[in-house]
Amino acid sequence: MMLIPCPWCGRRDESEFHYGGQAGVAYPSDPSTLSDEQWAKYLFFRDNPKGAFRERWCHTAGCRRWFNLVRDTVTNEIHA
Amino acid sequence: MAEQNSPLGGFRFPEGPVTIAEIPFLTQINIRKEPDSSLPLSAGTSSRSGDVDILWLGPDEWLAVGPPGGFTEHHWEGSVVDVSAQRTTISLRGPHVRDLLALGCATDLHPGVFGVGACVQTTLAHAPVIILRRESEFWVLVRASFATHLAGWLVDASREFAVEALP
Repeated sequence: MMLIPCPWCGRRDESEFHYGGQAGVAYPSDPSTLSDEQWAKYLFFRDNPKGAFRERWCHTAGCRRWFNLVRDTVTNEIHA
Repeated sequence: MAEQNSPLGGFRFPEGPVTIAEIPFLTQINIRKEPDSSLPLSAGTSSRSGDVDILWLGPDEWLAVGPPGGFTEHHWEGSVVDVSAQRTTISLRGPHVRDLLALGCATDLHPGVFGVGACVQTTLAHAPVIILRRESEFWVLVRASFATHLAGWLVDASREFAVEALP
């Protein structure tokens, strides 16, 4: 079990949160010009690093706000 | 006027070591607006204005809780929605209330960090709740569809504190 620091509510139990995947995946500026491969890459392909990973979380059982944090995927240590 | 039915039907369990009782039909108003000084601005706090408690739910969201029948002396701008039917309130009293809540809730409710007026949105026995510390009792605001489950869980979980009460 992780304690996740919500920027509003402070450290709370992992079970109060919903995981939102990789952070900073920008919506394509002009989706109609993308090939199927590029579109599939945007939709389905995400980084899977061993180490620091910037990801989105939502404090669903608390203030219901989305936020980003950096988690180490090896140790579950949360850096920011 | 149509007959009102509360989710727990005015449930009371006064004979246990923790007194558990529903407070039905409290007026609840959800407020979404820009923060201003008339509202509690810190996470997990509430303020009292007359007989209305205003609970911090988010950086731009509050819940005003007051007596049944609505209250007219407050005026807020922004998105103001009556959500009274969404939740019911369970009042908990007794020396073991914190111990009871700790059995199903991972949030720190120690008096040092959760004094009078503190409120928290968390889960209790897997049900999403808002817990408010008042002077002489705790209020647990729970969604109507979770209320029966939670009341049953509270009664069951509170039984272990009856052991100490034996002569």
